[in-house]
Amino acid sequence: MADTPVLKSGITLAVIAAICTALVASTYQLTHERIAANEQAWLEQSLQPALSGLFFDSGVSESRVTIPAPHGLPGSEDAVIYRVYSGDTPVAALFVVSARDGYAGAIRFLIGIDIDGAVTGVHVLSHRETPGLGDRIESSKSEWVKQFDGRSLIDPQTSGWKIKRDGGEFDQLTGASVTPRAVIKAIRETLSYFDANRDTVFAAPPDGQDETSE
Amino acid sequence: MTTPTLIDRFKTGLWYENPGLVQLLGLCPLLAVTSTFVNGLGLGVATLSVLIVSNALVSLTRRWIRREIRIPIYVLIIASLVTCTELIFKAWFPALDRSLGIFIPLIVTNCAIVARAEIFASRNPVGTSIIDGLVMGTGFALLLMAIGAFRELVAMGWLLAVLPPGAFFSLALAIALKNVIDTRRRERKGDGLPHRNRLLNR
Repeated sequence: MADTPVLKSGITLAVIAAICTALVASTYQLTHERIAANEQAWLEQSLQPALSGLFFDSGVSESRVTIPAPHGLPGSEDAVIYRVYSGDTPVAALFVVSARDGYAGAIRFLIGIDIDGAVTGVHVLSHRETPGLGDRIESSKSEWVKQFDGRSLIDPQTSGWKIKRDGGEFDQLTGASVTPRAVIKAIRETLSYFDANRDTVFAAPPDGQDETSE
Repeated sequence: MTTPTLIDRFKTGLWYENPGLVQLLGLCPLLAVTSTFVNGLGLGVATLSVLIVSNALVSLTRRWIRREIRIPIYVLIIASLVTCTELIFKAWFPALDRSLGIFIPLIVTNCAIVARAEIFASRNPVGTSIIDGLVMGTGFALLLMAIGAFRELVAMGWLLAVLPPGAFFSLALAIALKNVIDTRRRERKGDGLPHRNRLLNR
């Protein structure tokens, strides 16, 4: 007897949950292609700011190469790298990486590194950090990401790739330390990856024609 | 008790019981995103659409839902609708989505929506619930736009307006202005405002 209302409530909840899931799933089906296209467009718009000052060849988006996980770069999904050449000489590479250890969800960002291993620019593409605190990693909200320009694995040494509070060389963000830690760690890991795989990065053939269909 | 007309309902939602101005609900997004008119419009429209559909769904299902589980059901419905809205914004308004950022998913926590579900939609037929969502959502959206426009204009001469304190000042000014207008009208008419409290939640 006493079980009936509980059972009924359980069934009601399950049915409503199923309907809601169906609703979200069908909206996703309707929108995911457009969303992917928008994200790609936003990414390609952001390539230039992350290359500050470097000669920019319009062919950069064709130089894209996708490296399947696991790859040693930050983030567990496939990594995307754009290569910049001047004529045939490699000049810089742009890495699309994501830091999973932010305050809320993944922080996806673009790191530009020149051939000598110095950062040309960092640009945050998407994140869910706290508004007013962690969101100052966005270049539109503060100058914080600018401090990485020109830095490399030897400037500072590995022990310096931390926020000042942890004994490193980089400014923190007032009220947020998890976010900057995640960003700094991801930049350092990307620099190390580039240092170890420089030749492979530039030698890899660009993604095939099937990639353009998205 | 007479049934309120459509015009009465609009007066209620836009003025006498405006969710932001009078009920002071949903202040977090209200204060946070209203730095520009376009942001206010974007979040206003998103909240409005979620509110209309959530009121409709809550009202449609009200007969099958036992009181004990109504809150988890509201949360489920509202969270799903907000997720859909977020996807739609990402697909069709990517620039606006980037500028509103986390405040689109945070519509889930806007208590104005769950308040309308609990107070109104769970006790009224679908048609009236949809109108209630439309009216209350419009009231909220108009306030967001007004504050956004005000802060954007004032910020040209006074930078503080776009900073967080400016949001508090602007809302305080808006509430004060409403109270002044109400007091004036009450003095002119003699006693009490029409509809006031009578329409509340019914």
